[in-house]
Amino acid sequence: MSTVTAPVVAGRGQYTGTARLVRLALRRDRIQLPVWLLALIALQAFSASSVFGLYPTEADLRGFAVATAASPVALATNGVVSGYSAGAVLASQIVMPLSLAAGLMTTLLIVRNTRQNEETGRAELVEAAVVGRKALLTAALVVAVGANVVLGLLDVVVLITQGLPLAGSVALGAAVAGAGIAFAAIAAVTAQVTDSARTANGLAGAALGVAFLLRAVGDMAGTVTDAGTRVVTGWPTWVAPIGWAEQVRPYDDNAWWVLALPAVFALVLGSVALALSEHRDVGSGLVPTRPGPARASRSLPTAVGSAWRMQRTILFWWAFGVAVLAATYGAIGDQIDDFLGSGEQVTDMMEQLGGGTTNMVDAYFAAIFGMMAIAVAGYAVQALLRMRGEESAGRLESVLATAVSRPRWMLAHVGLVTAAIVALQLLTGAVTGLAFGLVTGGVPEQVVRLTGAALVFVPATLVVAAAVALLFGALPAWSAGLSWGFLALCLALGPLGGLLGLPATVRDLSPFAHIPAVPAAQVPCTPLVWLVVIAVVVDAAGVVLFRRRDLTTS
Amino acid sequence: MKHVPITTHGIYPDSGDGVPVRHGRRDRHEHRVPTTAAISVENLVKTFGPTRALDGLDLEVGTGEVHGFLGPNGSGKSTTIRVLLGLLRADSGEARLLGGDPWRDSVSLHRRLAYVPGDVNLWPNLTGGEAIDLLAGLRGGLDESRRAELLERFELDPTKKARTYSKGNRQKVALVAAFAADVELYVLDEPTSGLDPLMESVFQDCVEEMSDAGKTVLLSSHILAEVEALCDRVSIIREGRTVETGTLAELRHLTRTSVTAETQRPVTGLEAVEGVHDVRVDGLRTWCEVDTRAIDGVLRHLLSFRVTSLTSTPPTLEELFLRHYGDELARDGENHRRAESGTRAR
Repeated sequence: MSTVTAPVVAGRGQYTGTARLVRLALRRDRIQLPVWLLALIALQAFSASSVFGLYPTEADLRGFAVATAASPVALATNGVVSGYSAGAVLASQIVMPLSLAAGLMTTLLIVRNTRQNEETGRAELVEAAVVGRKALLTAALVVAVGANVVLGLLDVVVLITQGLPLAGSVALGAAVAGAGIAFAAIAAVTAQVTDSARTANGLAGAALGVAFLLRAVGDMAGTVTDAGTRVVTGWPTWVAPIGWAEQVRPYDDNAWWVLALPAVFALVLGSVALALSEHRDVGSGLVPTRPGPARASRSLPTAVGSAWRMQRTILFWWAFGVAVLAATYGAIGDQIDDFLGSGEQVTDMMEQLGGGTTNMVDAYFAAIFGMMAIAVAGYAVQALLRMRGEESAGRLESVLATAVSRPRWMLAHVGLVTAAIVALQLLTGAVTGLAFGLVTGGVPEQVVRLTGAALVFVPATLVVAAAVALLFGALPAWSAGLSWGFLALCLALGPLGGLLGLPATVRDLSPFAHIPAVPAAQVPCTPLVWLVVIAVVVDAAGVVLFRRRDLTTS
Repeated sequence: MKHVPITTHGIYPDSGDGVPVRHGRRDRHEHRVPTTAAISVENLVKTFGPTRALDGLDLEVGTGEVHGFLGPNGSGKSTTIRVLLGLLRADSGEARLLGGDPWRDSVSLHRRLAYVPGDVNLWPNLTGGEAIDLLAGLRGGLDESRRAELLERFELDPTKKARTYSKGNRQKVALVAAFAADVELYVLDEPTSGLDPLMESVFQDCVEEMSDAGKTVLLSSHILAEVEALCDRVSIIREGRTVETGTLAELRHLTRTSVTAETQRPVTGLEAVEGVHDVRVDGLRTWCEVDTRAIDGVLRHLLSFRVTSLTSTPPTLEELFLRHYGDELARDGENHRRAESGTRAR
């Protein structure tokens, strides 16, 4: 008996089914991707109109460009300055943050469509069909490149409708898309290395963080030329994909050749990822997951111990980020007097952000601490929403079927996060004080003074945390969206509220509006006590409502 | 003690009065009247928006009993169990668990019970061993030697991270955490989904050991062979309501036994005998369905035609089950087998 079969040719059909998988990925991300794109474009449009509104004349633009180029903190957080046309000033404000956001969007997109599919077993189902070995990864890369191209094109449209020149707009869109595509390739590699989606995201996220820091160092170490309107960066900016986007210098140089860097980088790393994917089994990583302890530590099987185990990784990453930011802001504190003295607009801005005007350095720290406190509130929202994550994943059901009561379980998380908020604010103040003290002298004195100032923000952050606890108790299915929405509202009403010119009664809705501008202002006790009382009452209400409701699993 | 082979139906010897007798240790429990109820549920109602998940459900589980809780997907088994665990609050009706109120006394009651869900979700970055210690430790501790023994019997590697476990292995983690605990009541919600037949048999051994030690087990399942092998009594629910409850013998008594006989002379007049249905005669072979309590009259009738061979098959749990759900299945046009036997009977 003989059967006729088509000979199997090695290497052929490895991409079979890619088109179908692209459609699958698009179907899956049909909400997420448009939301990301719209949010980034809205950010672009908002920045453009605010730059044009704040600096209407050429003199204003020039003044702002000179001030920004002279300030290491502005260079570190915004990006290089290159020229003073309206477009160039906008580019100096937006290219770096937008590239960072595009990198984040793309990283999550790649891992979601590759490693997460493998971890959940969906990839197995797909690969058992008529699908080539490289199709899944190729499809994810195609979608990622497509998403960044669309982002770039939308960007160009928005910029042109704002009246900016075509060439520069295309350069800006391409620079941002290039950075996103570079991170698509990085995420494609990290997704091959580990068998956990969370770790793959973490590794790619770390690459994003390193890229941000490298170019921050490069930009700060740059030299200012062209009458203060142009920064020639140090070498670290040239080794980071986000730095490449900056080096395109839209509306100024329009250095098209720089775009070859992310293109080559993505091609090389993408090929590496595809090659790696051939050398491993579906579902496994190149680095196998190591076995862990067969027994739990003595502290794990307790309400607080298990909550700590679930919370500690988030906290460590936030602590790291907060420490880096605080050190940066502290180290440049001594230059604030020169910097702020030169730009009137920036002085106004600082005042509106919450600082007083009596002492420029203290006003600067008050503004910085106000921003950092909202960042810490972001930590609180993320950490407390882990409770909802545990519930919808079904793990909470098993835990509450043991002898742990609902209030005890919830209070363990709320208590830990409360302690973590205090710890992060302590860290903010202490590290800022340490760095500032090192450059100006008087370390112990600055540490004590600025730590005290940073702690004044704790009550407001506790109110945000309590709001998350209340939402978790009252509206579990909506808790995530509403919690992040509340935080966004605090941001809009607080630091940005002054810039937007909102009336005081509306701004008072944010708990941060009731915190005095320390260290610039005096500390009245009454509002702080009230905020703590509100936080405790709202937390208690959250626990009571959680005690009374059904558990829901998604 | 070894369990009875579970897969063969119709192996029960006839006790003479038409009531099939089971092998094994279950004889001791079969007609025992429960002294106190470990679980007592009356007229339980639970709605989720417009859906009435539980619609007046009753459930009575005696102390020391292994109670089978049967019903198709979506009939309300898991909802009932979640109410009993205090995870959901009932709209109305009475539920008592180990003499307490499952909602109000949840913490003190949970110290005395262990729960295995049908779909075990674990913390991806904890190892299986850590998850076992976590779940058991939160309940109040476990028996160390029993933990080690169970890990070996279930062939579970406790050093692997939970995200690398298959469905069956996640299930084993929850089973080890539950059976290593010394508690009065085990609440098992389709605990063996994803287990291979070997592990299914280890599971059955464990349940029997618990039962021998006088523990109460509520076993929700739709693996009928498992229920048949393990349970003293069963409750069958449908659309949030209990439709049948009792010992397997009692349930069998309510249903029909299939009789196949070969005789020397063609059988006549069988239709006239009380309790006989669906008679079919083909030459010297006769088939019929008999109400189990009326089997004596059928045998007497057949004897006059000189029986050469006789097979009597008591109804399996599957048939009991289909009796309650058959119409639903037929309506959906899903039950091919039943449709086929239906034509044959007519």
